[in-house]
Formats: sequence, structure tokens, C-alpha cells
Amino acid sequence: MTVWLVVAVVGAATIVFKASGPLLLGRRRLPELVVGPVAVLAPVLLAALVVTQTVGGDNELVLDARLAGVGAGAVAIAARAPLPAVVIVAAAATALTRLVA
Amino acid sequence: MRAVLAIAATVWFFGASFGLLARSSGLGIVAPLVMSATTFAGSAQFAVASILGTSGGAAAAIAAAVLLNARYVPISISVASLFHGPRLRRLAEGQLIVDESWAISSRGDGRFDRRLLIGAGLVLYAAWLTGTAVGVAGGEALGDPKDLGLDGAFPALFLALLVRQLVGRRARLAALLGAGIAFALTPFTPAGTPIVAASAACLLGLRLGARARREP
Repeated sequence: MTVWLVVAVVGAATIVFKASGPLLLGRRRLPELVVGPVAVLAPVLLAALVVTQTVGGDNELVLDARLAGVGAGAVAIAARAPLPAVVIVAAAATALTRLVA
Repeated sequence: MRAVLAIAATVWFFGASFGLLARSSGLGIVAPLVMSATTFAGSAQFAVASILGTSGGAAAAIAAAVLLNARYVPISISVASLFHGPRLRRLAEGQLIVDESWAISSRGDGRFDRRLLIGAGLVLYAAWLTGTAVGVAGGEALGDPKDLGLDGAFPALFLALLVRQLVGRRARLAALLGAGIAFALTPFTPAGTPIVAASAACLLGLRLGARARREP
């Protein structure tokens, strides 16, 4: 019973979150006040995602093999590798580090 | 589109590992599938499965997942102008917004490509759902996703997408702020909070900054 309650509430909330922009604003142009901040939302969110997915934990910093993966990925990015290559390099580096450590 | 397929393969394996984790956490077979079809957001689903699996209550699982997914409010607002037509259609298409489809459709100047967003969203939705199905049906054969290093592949993917966005001083400053706030909050707050706090702080700071410039 608990499981279905959680699945229903989380599902409904997420559907509302994802539809909030398309439903409330639709095709209308964004209000002037919102355009500036929204333009930099992508770098802000992506940077925060990189941090939390690399060292994130619940109420703690976790330093593990993910760091090596992101490091290798950064080298691939600097070498202008295509996106699929970056993903593969990062996964391989993470897996290898975990295997050795 | 090759980039979309690489991301889809990663998402497929992550879906399989979610199915596996959910099954072993006692969520059964149907509930994880329904969750992947309706929630369609990896981090929140992993949080729910691990909290329920470690005897956490329904309230804790719901709070964590809602906090993690609250970022979809600003994200969906940023792409709102791409959606038109009847309400039901906008509601349905909005569900294809997910971190990866949103990030890859960004052109870097605050504008987004509708075809990429919807196309990538559909491919990733299919990958997530079939991955989950394989996972609940017995993903043991696939091995632990951590052994494959997939948890290190996602931050690298977001880093690659971020680098494309760093055009101009404002974007670089915003990224630095977002990373700094997320890093500072991570040791003290539950997962999900640092991302929401970072985006809220940046939006607020930029609004105040804009107002200060306008009023001498």
C-alpha cells in the first residue's frame, strides 16, 4: 500500500512540475523579467548537477571513483572528443578506478 | 542524433538498474514500471527505491522525490514557448522534458530546439521504460551498474553539455555560482536540495542585479 501511495503522489507531482511551463505559459513569450534569469538557468543547473552527481550524497560529500570518471571525461572534452566518446571514457575510467581501488 | 543514442544507451542501463533496485527493495514488478512511465526522472526514482528499501517511510520517500524533481518547474518554464496546441497535448508533450533531453536541446543563448527536445525525449522515454522492464524481470545478468561506471558517466555528460553553454561572462559567472552553492550545501542537506537552492539563488540574484542596473 505504501509503495502505491508513493508512486501515485510522486508521479502526480512530477507530471504537474513538468507541465507547469507548457501549460501555464504555452506559446506566449516569457515576461521580460523572466527572460534574463532563464537564459542562464542552463549553466547554473548543469553546473550544480555536475557537482552533486560527482561528489553528492545524502547530507555528505562522497569522494569515490566518480571523481576519476569526471576527470577523464574533462580530458576528453578538452581534447574535443564527441559526446558519445566522453560518456564512454568517463564510464570506463570510473569502472577501472573502482576495480583497482 | 548520435549523441542522443549514446545518452539513450546510458539511460537504458540506468533504467535496468532502477528496475533491479526497485525489485530488491520490495516495490514489486508493476509499481516500478508505473513509476518509470509517470515520473520519468531517474534520480527521484532511485531515491524512492533506496528509501523504501532501507525501511524509510512513505513521507520521507515522497519528500525526497518531490524535492529532487522541483527543478522541473524552472526547467519547464525555460522551454514553455516551444509548446503549443490544446492543453492536453501540451500536458503530454511536457512529460518528455527530462534533464538530458532539455540539456541537449539547448542552443546556449537561452533558446531551445523543439525537435531535439521532443525527439530526444521520446527516445529516452522508450529507453527508460524498456530498461526498467528488463531490470525488474531479472537484471542480475547485466551486473551492477556501478561496475560499469555509469554513475561516473552522468556527471561527465552534464559537464560536456555545460561547456557548450559557457558563452560569455554572465554564463560563466552563473555556472561558477551554481557549482559553488551546490558544493557548499551538499555536506549539510538531503540530496536534491543543493540543486534547487542553487537555481533559486541564481535566479533571485540576477533579478535583483537587473533591477539595480535599471534604477540608478
